[in-house]
Amino acid sequence: MTLLQLTSLRKHYGAVAALDGVGLSVAAGSRTAIVGPSGCGKTTLLRLVAGFDQPDAGSIVFGGRVLVDGAFQVPAHKRGIGIVSQDGCLFPHLTVAQNIGFGMEAERAVKEASAAELMDMVGLDRAMLSRKPDQLSGGQQQRVALARALARKPRLMLLDEPFSALDTGLRAATRKAVTDVLTAAGITTLLVTHDQAEALAFADQVAVMRAGRFAQVGSPREVYSRPVDPATAAFLGEAIVLPAAVAGGRAESPLGVLPVDDAAYRGSAEIMLRPEQISVTGGGGNGVSGTIAEISFCGPTSDVRIALGGTDISIRLDIPSREALAAGDQVTIGVSGKAHLFRQ
Amino acid sequence: MLLGSSMSSIAETSVPVVPRRLPAASSWTLTIAVAVALAALLPLGFVLWATVATGWETAFQLIFRQRVGDLMVNTVLLVVFTIPVCAMLAVSLAWLTERSDLPGARLWSWLAVAPLAVPAFVHSYAWIGLWPGLHGLSGGVAISVVAYFPFLYLPVSAAFRLLDPALEDQAASLGLAPFAVFRRVVLPQLRLALCGGALLIGLHLLAEYGLYAMIRFDTFTTAILDQFQSTYNGVAAHMLALVLVLCCFVLLGLEAGLRGRRRYARLGPGVARRPKITKLGRWKYFCLLLPLVVAAFSLGIPALTLGRWLIAGGAGIWRMDEIGLALWQTLVICLIGGIATTAAAVPIAWLSVRRPTRASRFLEGCYYLASSMPGVVVALALVTVTVRVMLPLYQTVATIVLAYVVMFLPRALVSLRASIAQVPVELEQAAASLGRSPGNALWATTVRLAAPGAAAGVALASLGIMNELTATQMLAPNGTRTLAMAFWALTGEIDYAGAAPYALLMVVFSMPLTWLLYSQSKKIAGR
Repeated sequence: MTLLQLTSLRKHYGAVAALDGVGLSVAAGSRTAIVGPSGCGKTTLLRLVAGFDQPDAGSIVFGGRVLVDGAFQVPAHKRGIGIVSQDGCLFPHLTVAQNIGFGMEAERAVKEASAAELMDMVGLDRAMLSRKPDQLSGGQQQRVALARALARKPRLMLLDEPFSALDTGLRAATRKAVTDVLTAAGITTLLVTHDQAEALAFADQVAVMRAGRFAQVGSPREVYSRPVDPATAAFLGEAIVLPAAVAGGRAESPLGVLPVDDAAYRGSAEIMLRPEQISVTGGGGNGVSGTIAEISFCGPTSDVRIALGGTDISIRLDIPSREALAAGDQVTIGVSGKAHLFRQ
Repeated sequence: MLLGSSMSSIAETSVPVVPRRLPAASSWTLTIAVAVALAALLPLGFVLWATVATGWETAFQLIFRQRVGDLMVNTVLLVVFTIPVCAMLAVSLAWLTERSDLPGARLWSWLAVAPLAVPAFVHSYAWIGLWPGLHGLSGGVAISVVAYFPFLYLPVSAAFRLLDPALEDQAASLGLAPFAVFRRVVLPQLRLALCGGALLIGLHLLAEYGLYAMIRFDTFTTAILDQFQSTYNGVAAHMLALVLVLCCFVLLGLEAGLRGRRRYARLGPGVARRPKITKLGRWKYFCLLLPLVVAAFSLGIPALTLGRWLIAGGAGIWRMDEIGLALWQTLVICLIGGIATTAAAVPIAWLSVRRPTRASRFLEGCYYLASSMPGVVVALALVTVTVRVMLPLYQTVATIVLAYVVMFLPRALVSLRASIAQVPVELEQAAASLGRSPGNALWATTVRLAAPGAAAGVALASLGIMNELTATQMLAPNGTRTLAMAFWALTGEIDYAGAAPYALLMVVFSMPLTWLLYSQSKKIAGR
């Protein structure tokens, strides 16, 4: 069942189109991530859903109720949509307990009791309830912000880069805690992020955004293995893009003859492989041979550029570090799985 | 030798631990700062001395009597009525000019600050020009509101610009309607600005003489001056000064209590989004009424009265010899006072930026406390001290300049500190590593680069001095006649037309300085 339906949303700031006709449907209970480079319009989209800004055109329907349609607009405070923003946005003049109770309409005792329960839910010590926000760490602030939004029992939760201000270690832990809490509560979630790994790990549905449009919407696996174009492929992770002649589900490429995921296409095209499909072994073996043109050691992996034999094409990838390899060595390159074909 | 010393400086600056650089400069600066603080605290010391010298019994009799009770009622009512009205006016105007699409918001914002260019006693003069019967509490409150609300408007509008609009969005997403957002999120964050501005107004209400004397409304300050003029420097005046100082302390204490300890800093990284502008729609023209009415009362009335007297007086009131002399004396005394005040602020400004210690914070507190003492108390103290201890200094330029330093030092301190903080300390260190002595290094780098801030400090202190009447009257050397003094003497003789050119000159010279104050507050707010 669709909980949130966005149709042809447009928003201009002066001459710049922040959103250029965006449509998306979000299923109830699902997790959707909108991912894109900074300035692609993803935060604008979230602000339109929250009701902080008004679109120039398009409609938003939430749980069967029209929130925005043309000039009609339901104000933010009547939408019942929760939001956790990048820096948590806690009210600096209120304690943690007052922050959590801020949006609740209940007696003081009820508020305090629910604030304590919510603290347990987001994994924070109840003793922090009397603190002011500036006495909390960044991760704790984010959890309080989540508790505050949860207090109103929203059906939809918007997360605006809520983990990007945190350190790497804390980020993964906080993300897991937030995901668990939202899943347990059965709340539909819309996450906006510029971190593709975070988007792929978090969501059931990923929407890749570029210059105010969705380049592709699909499951994490689908957008990662079968991106619509080389730009999307490169944004979601390392990609090796090669020219090939394709016929009957097979591609003749500088890495040999490879199976492709499109049986019908015939002609020349670009194909894509992910680095994890490629294995590099020293000396002879099955596969295409190449020469290590450059190698730089980065700890567990080494960044290598391999000149492919018989062509002027070279590929660049990270391989597990090995003692033996050095520039000038001959290697054999093996490929597993199908290559992805970009239709032109 | 030279090479050796510069090498060691290089070695020192490359060490991350901060050693005691420039110890000589530091201790000298501290000594001067302490000396200035002691001079600034002279009035407070005087009040204590006067109380002890009077003896408890006499003091008790002089303080607990009907007259003092009446003055206390007047003062309390004045403060209790004026400050809330100013606060409501300032918040409404600041919201309209900063957060709504009010037509001509920039103009209205400037017009809300412009009344500061009109000295308080000129406001009073303008009002009784229109309503000669005006007197008492109602008159006092009405004129005080138009004369002083900019002191609240300035910090509140700056605070509006600094608010993080994301917090308001967040509150809306938590189900709060716009007015509830304003009450529960915006207003609490304006508290610091409101408290600071209200304190400033309260202190002005206690210290102002001319405004209330002109409409025959008695406050402690007017009573002290009356006493001073009739019995010169009696015990009764001293005891009124004691009560006045205690009133100031009550205000300071109230403000400290209400303000709370915590600053509401923006949490988290990043730059705040630009604030959202509320569309007034069909309310637009109704909302325009507020700034229009305020400007009519705070600027229109002075303009109207001044214009009327200037036209009625014709060419006859422009006695150029007298006016020229007063103008010249005013400019000289403003310049001397402004420069002296800024120079006195340099040591503490430098210390509080470069060597922030508990001692420097304490010293800074002393300056602020000293400057919150009413001019009449400062003057009374300096009169007593010079007459009793250093008679040759009585009614000299040195004494009056000292009074100005005590009263206006924080104005210079604020601009100096802001500009010193922008000069990286590494420049001083680089100059030292190039062989400059500590004092020389300071002069060649920080002092040069902080010059614009110092100039602003001189200007702001001068603005205060130009419109100062109370202390100037009591301390000015014989034969001195500044614009304010001449204006006051002429209105005392009911020569309202003759006083008009002096009022006009004060306003004209205050305008650019008020503009400076306005643009500085914008700059501090980051825009």
